[in-house]
Amino acid sequence: MSVDEKTVRRIAHLARIAVTDDEVGPLQGELNAILAFVEQLGAVDVSGVEPMTSVTPMAMKKREDVVTEGGRAAEMVANAPETEDNYFLVPKVVE
Amino acid sequence: MDPNELTLAEARDALKAKRISARELTQAHLDAMAKARALNAFVRETPDLALKMADEADRKLASGEARPLEGIPLGIKDLFCTEGVTTTAGSKILETFVPPYESAVSANLWRDGAVMLGKLNLDEFAMGSSNETSAYGNVVSPWRRRGSDAQLVPGGSSGGSAAAVAARLCLGATATDTGGSIRQPAAFTGTVGIKPTYGRCSRWGTVAFASSLDQAGPIARTVRDCAILLGSMAGPDARDTTCVDLPVPDFEAAVSRGVNGLTIGIPKEYRVDGMPAEIQKLWDDGAAWLKAAGATIKEISLPHTSSALPAYYIVAPAEASSNLARYDGVRYGLRVSGKDIAGMYENTRAAGFGREVKRRIMIGTYVLSAGYYDAYYVRAQKIRTLIKRDFEQAYAAGVDAILTPATPSSAFGIGEKASADPVEMYLNDVFTVTVNMAGLPGIAVPAGIDGQGLPLGLQLIGRPFDEETLFAVAQVIEEAAGRTILPEPWWS
Repeated sequence: MSVDEKTVRRIAHLARIAVTDDEVGPLQGELNAILAFVEQLGAVDVSGVEPMTSVTPMAMKKREDVVTEGGRAAEMVANAPETEDNYFLVPKVVE
Repeated sequence: MDPNELTLAEARDALKAKRISARELTQAHLDAMAKARALNAFVRETPDLALKMADEADRKLASGEARPLEGIPLGIKDLFCTEGVTTTAGSKILETFVPPYESAVSANLWRDGAVMLGKLNLDEFAMGSSNETSAYGNVVSPWRRRGSDAQLVPGGSSGGSAAAVAARLCLGATATDTGGSIRQPAAFTGTVGIKPTYGRCSRWGTVAFASSLDQAGPIARTVRDCAILLGSMAGPDARDTTCVDLPVPDFEAAVSRGVNGLTIGIPKEYRVDGMPAEIQKLWDDGAAWLKAAGATIKEISLPHTSSALPAYYIVAPAEASSNLARYDGVRYGLRVSGKDIAGMYENTRAAGFGREVKRRIMIGTYVLSAGYYDAYYVRAQKIRTLIKRDFEQAYAAGVDAILTPATPSSAFGIGEKASADPVEMYLNDVFTVTVNMAGLPGIAVPAGIDGQGLPLGLQLIGRPFDEETLFAVAQVIEEAAGRTILPEPWWS
């Protein structure tokens, strides 16, 4: 499997990473090198094998559905590039 | 007594016996750090905080309330959130991030009285095997080839941690390992590094790369020092659902157990084509030392070994693409404006992430996308089951630990693997990724010096949650290999 320029741009859009026209070619080459490397996995017999979904066999821990902390809004937004009244400010999302 | 030549265990004794104060010990390390800036091991030094913590340690030592790591100065890989101290993950996108909370692992170290010297450099978002992808510059290894002043890599991603420990800038360091990022740099720098079993340490507050592979662990100059550090770093944590509710064993006590009666497996598939003769000899020497110490050596087969590295380069990037989606310029870190919100996301991430990170996010996005998910990601996860099964079968047949080389070579030069093919760099992890894929513990221990005067390490892989056996076996290798050799300081 290999990717063409159109696919590289599509993947970049899915990943929300801007790529310039100059960057597409080299990226395409690098991605194809990696895809060529992983191609060998197609030859492995995986019939009847379950995918590994849990590294260490364990049931997911659960906790009581109660509020245990909060009221620290100013701390939560302290690292944000733009805030107002403890809200995160972003460019308009919906037209 | 030179404070910088002490091991962690020796310093602990010296502090208790009042042969040195915590302040003197910390100051000696701060001074060494100031002379070693050419290594670029630290991205941030925290001398004021360190001395404040050292003074508190001196108070505790004086009043007889010394905790397990009281006054011990450590470096912290800049992937662990440290409250009030900028944490960058080696990336421009987090250049201004100051965590309002402490990671579980570093909190455990401060609970036990350790001192923070600063934050250690790393490959960006832990993605790399040479510490050449950090947004804050390369780490230069404290080692040099005999008769050469070429700059060498310390390994990665925990390059800063390994370099700082080898250069005696700290008594130990925290690190993380997703595909080999503790063991490979430890092997390249002649230090000891352990990646514990997945779930032994809490990942809460550790910047995530690949959530089913990441694990924190210590790098130190001796096996005993590593055991002491892991004892503090590990432990249950309700905030990480993958962190197991097991009590922390006394790892330090296990160090002197010996290997009498243990069976050590030698996996034939790790004997790869083109492996340098020096590495094969080191591996044979390791087996001979263990046999002489009372272990039985047994050849075993781990048939799916060669699938581990390609499967890792599907699973890890896939998980990274999900974990790094949060860096969008909204809640923390870099923001670059765009014509609209999508533009802001795209410009922020393009400017904030380095090349290797972008490459891995994109591979991850591709293998998880519609039409490719089954062929790539699900298939790789099935291969993971097979890799883990290989180990389970070996252990069930009576093997206690497995001995392999740690790396396919000694440290290479900075810039030497900068070719257009990213896979060439990935091959550095060929012996280490299997361990992360199976969730097992693995330790790298220095075992010799190559023809160029550079360290070579061996790796031991253990049963789940049996780090104790790894420490016992590694200690036998450390003793047989001879005293720990550290690089001569060319940098000061």
